[in-house]
Parts: sequence; structure tokens; C-alpha cells
Amino acid sequence: MKIVVLVKSVPDTESKIKIAADGVSIDPAGIKFVMNPYDEYAVEEGLRIRERLKSDVTVVAVSMGPDRVVEVLRTALAMGADDAVHVNDPAFEGGDAHASARVLAEAVRLVGADLVLGGKQGIDDDAAFTCAAIAEYLDIPQAQIVTELVLSDDRSRATARRRVEGADEMVELVLPAMITCDKGLNEPRYASLPGIMKAKKKEIRKVGLADLPLKPEQVGAKGSATRLVKYHGLPERPPVKMIPGDAAAQAKELARLLREEAKVI
Amino acid sequence: MLFTLSDEQRMIQETAREFADHEIAPVADRHNREGKFPLDIVKKLGKMGFLGMAVPEQYGGTSAGNLALVLALEEVNRVCASTGVTMSVQNSLVNSPIVHWGNEDIKRRYLPKLATGEHLGAYALSEPGSGSDAAGLVTAAVRDGDDFVLNGTKNFITTGAEADIVLVMARTDTSHKTRGITAFVVESGMKGYAVGKKEDKLGLRASSTVQLVFEDMRVPAANVLGEVGSGFKIAMHTLDGGRIGIAAQAVGIAQACLDASIKYAGEREAFDQPIGKFQAIQFKIADMAMRLEAARLLVYNAASLKDAGKPHGKEAAMAKLFASETANNAAREAVQIHGGAGYLEDFPVERFFRDARITEIYEGTSEIQRIVIARHVLKNLQ
Repeated sequence: MKIVVLVKSVPDTESKIKIAADGVSIDPAGIKFVMNPYDEYAVEEGLRIRERLKSDVTVVAVSMGPDRVVEVLRTALAMGADDAVHVNDPAFEGGDAHASARVLAEAVRLVGADLVLGGKQGIDDDAAFTCAAIAEYLDIPQAQIVTELVLSDDRSRATARRRVEGADEMVELVLPAMITCDKGLNEPRYASLPGIMKAKKKEIRKVGLADLPLKPEQVGAKGSATRLVKYHGLPERPPVKMIPGDAAAQAKELARLLREEAKVI
Repeated sequence: MLFTLSDEQRMIQETAREFADHEIAPVADRHNREGKFPLDIVKKLGKMGFLGMAVPEQYGGTSAGNLALVLALEEVNRVCASTGVTMSVQNSLVNSPIVHWGNEDIKRRYLPKLATGEHLGAYALSEPGSGSDAAGLVTAAVRDGDDFVLNGTKNFITTGAEADIVLVMARTDTSHKTRGITAFVVESGMKGYAVGKKEDKLGLRASSTVQLVFEDMRVPAANVLGEVGSGFKIAMHTLDGGRIGIAAQAVGIAQACLDASIKYAGEREAFDQPIGKFQAIQFKIADMAMRLEAARLLVYNAASLKDAGKPHGKEAAMAKLFASETANNAAREAVQIHGGAGYLEDFPVERFFRDARITEIYEGTSEIQRIVIARHVLKNLQ
């Protein structure tokens, strides 16, 4: 059984994001890139399934993007993934989520998967689109935002728990299937030192456009259905106003400011 | 800092940083206040491989090397020096000498469980009557058939209360001071082994420091580490490596002091502005940052020399001396920057100040480090 885990390299949540001069990208200077936190749940789940089933399961981490995504693949290997695939080609640059999904779907098909796991969304652009689109391109069933996953003993089906308004729903899927993972599914492990040492020695398989049954016009900017027009920076937070005095005076002044200045009461 | 780390060294550093920030930092204050040995955290460190960094793969470790070890120690000590010293002792004072001096039998019997933290280790050299004068130890080991019979008391034994395996230096020959000492691998379950008084310390309150008492304890001759009579050489060589670990601990504490000071200087206001805008505070922080950078380079240098198999005794002593003085200086200034708040246990610098002090004392006092350095540089007078 082969489990493919899709991992994305995203800016660390503590990074300060600055918009680049072109207005349509972010300035990578000073940004620390890490594995998308939701993808950590996906890696962990893949490893746990392998540990539960004991035999004949391989976990393959797949990431698409420039050279820096290799670090995220190494992290997945250090956590315990068996293999890693780096999907990269100059032709893929400038693609939207739709174009990326088409490329990743073909990469997954090339690797071969009985189960595809991903994070419920990337914390960078928050589109929550790519995994769903990959499942559509592969024409396999999918369950999104999953917090519990159980495989049948014969490895032919999965049951996924999803939080919906007011209840949890249980969905059964026939494998191969796509599952996107949410917080609560598991507690991702730290990379172990033996894992880190082994990860260094493993070869990362490179996959480019020539390896996939896609035409140049189907990928990158040309293959995109949408175009990023402009990033608008968030307004700077106004300075905090401290209200002096004792509690009674502070409360009175706060009420006055909320009514007269902020005009919210 | 232009000190190129390999991919795996960087990953080990980042993993240690994440583990320290998310698993150790939230409980460090409580453990230190309650004097509770963080057994669960130490076991987790073991499972992740942080206790087997000096142990080769075939015995369950990673041979990650000394530079990787100091990078990891720095991160752990930044949040909890008690956890840090436990980790340093296991790697440098227990596993490392067994790897270096142990025969195949001893390595196979002891290293796999020590490398993964299933067994915890301690190093027993000091005695009530011998500290810096280590060769003055009197714990006796008398040959009796296939065993040695040990009698004596060991002092200030880090992780002594929890240790499963203890490296014990004992006297096998009273006619030679240094060449009469032998190293033994002792199991805490051996008959005649007892944990004595638990010390109440100024700092490192979440690490245990105890007396060990041996009474007619029979240790098989097969548990002699190295040769009979080579114990002092083993002990001194081991401390050269341990010093690099303590130097890394000091760097970690100094970093914690700097981080806390920068944060406080930006938050605390006096005379209508953050105190970090006053030159008096800026100069303190600038000096802390400069000394820390220098200390870190000395530590990385000593660790790299050891990794390269080159002599490192002088460099380890310099790194340990400079880093421990840097940590104490940083801790004193951090408390000063915090003012009255720094004297309260509500702020972490109070703990850093107490923890820093021991780095100038154990694994060779600052005075001993100066002697080691002087012996290296004044060769013409010997």
C-alpha cells in the first residue's frame, strides 16, 4: 500500500509578511519557511497508518515548488516518511492553485497512491483548493477537514470523521481516496535524530514537466484559471491608547470614548 | 555568525529548539520551583535520540557529533538548565567514555539502553574529601576473585537518584596517586549500592544531585572500563569533552538572559519611554550580545576540533571558562535590567541567575580551567 502525503512549504506563522515591489508576491527576505502545519497532521497520519498496519506500507512525501521545498521534504523524511518527491520545473512558475493541482494530480498518478493525505488548507494563501482539485483530476473520492481516520482491515475503505455544524459526520470512502487533515486528527511527532541522519542520506526524486503527460500551456501562468492582480497590505494597527486613573474613572472614560470617538455604542 | 552548519546539524538544532520551546519551557518554572526531576521530558529526549548523540549507530545512537550536541544543548539549556545538565552528563560523561574506552562486551551491554534514555547515567568522581584534587579520591576497589569490592562515598552526583548506570572512579592501588585509579561501570541494582543525601541546591533545582554510598559492593571485573589503573586518564579525558557541554549550557543560559532582557527592555516603561531607549540599558544589552557571540564561537570551535579528532583540551577549557563567566555576567545584568522584578521568581531571570552560578564550578572550577589553559600555553616552564 502506498500513501502519498502532500506537503507545502509556507512562511512560518511568526514571520512578518512584506509585499514585494511587484505587488503580486511576497518578499522572501527574512522569512523562515516551514512545513504547512496542517500538512504535519497529514504526515503523522500516514506514519501512524503505516505503524498500525505493520507491513507493506510506504509513505511518500510529495511537494511542489522551488528548491526551498526540499527542506520540507527532508522534514517529512526525518519524521519517518520512506521516500520524497520534489515536483519542480521552470514551466510551473506563476501557476495558480488550479494549475498546481493539475501538476500535482499527475505527479500523484506517476508515483501511484492508494491513499492521498494533505492538510485541510495552506496557511499562506488559505485557498483550501488544491487537494480538492487534485481529487477531482484523479477522479477519486475525497473527504475534507478530517479529524479521525480509520482504514478497514482489508485496506479497501476508509472511514473519516468530519466536524459539521452541530455534529460530527462519518463518511465512508472507497480507496484510493483523498483525505485532508485538520487539527485534532493526531499530535504530530518531532523529527527524531536517527530520522534526521537517515533523511540526509535519502535521494529525493525529481519530477518535472517532461515526466508528466501535460503540455506547457496546461501548467504555470498559462494553465491558470485565475490571475493574482495585486496584494493589498493590511492597515497598520493604530497605537494603543492607555486610559489613566482609577477603575471608576477608567470605565467612565472608556464608555465615553467608545460612544464619542469609536462610535460603537 | 559565519559558522556553516550541515543540513543535519541545522535540523537537529531546529528540532531541539522546537522541543525546548513547546515541551520544556512551559513546565520548566514549575519543575524548578518544586524541585521535580523532569523524568517524562528526559525520557522523551531519549526517545528522540538526544541522549545518544555520542553513540554509534550499531549501538542505537546517531554519532551526530559534538557540534550537533552543543547546538542541541544550547537550545535545551536556554529554557531549562536542569534538563540541560541531565542531557549533557548522559552524552558526555557516561556514553562518550563507554564508546571511547569500553570493550565490545561493555558497549553491547550498556550503550543501547543509554543511547535511547531507557537507562539514565551518572558520573561519579568527586568525593567528600576530593573535588578539584580528583586524584585524591579514596573510594576503594579491592580485587576478590572475578570481582572488585567497592567501598566509599561519592559526592555531588548529577542524576544520581535516577541513574541506572554509573561510571565510578575508585582506587585499586594505593601506591600510585593517579595510576592507582580504575573506572568501573556500575549498575544501580548492584548489592551494596545506595543513594544517600539529596542536596538542596541554589540552582539547577530540577536536576538531582546526591551522594552515592557503596558498601561492600561487588562489581564484576568485566565491568572495568579500559584498563585497571587507567581510570584517572579516562576521567580527565572525559571531563575535556564534558566541559564543552557545560560551555554550551552556559551559552544557552546567556542567550536566555539576553532574550529576556531584550523583551523586558521593550516592554517596561520609565520616564515615559521604554527603558530600552536609554543608553544605560542599551550598553548592557550590547555587551551581553557581544560576549555571547564570542562565547558561542569558542564553544563551536572546541566542539568542531573534537569532531575532527584534534586536540581540544585547551580550547574546551577556554570555552568553558569564557562561556561560564559570560553566563554569569549576562545573568547579573539581566537581573539589573529587570530591576526589582528581576529579584522575583515571577520573572525567569531570577532562575537564570541562580542556574548560571554552577557553570563556574562543576566539571572543573574556573580556577582549574585557568590552570589547564596555563599549562598549555606555558609549556616552556614544564
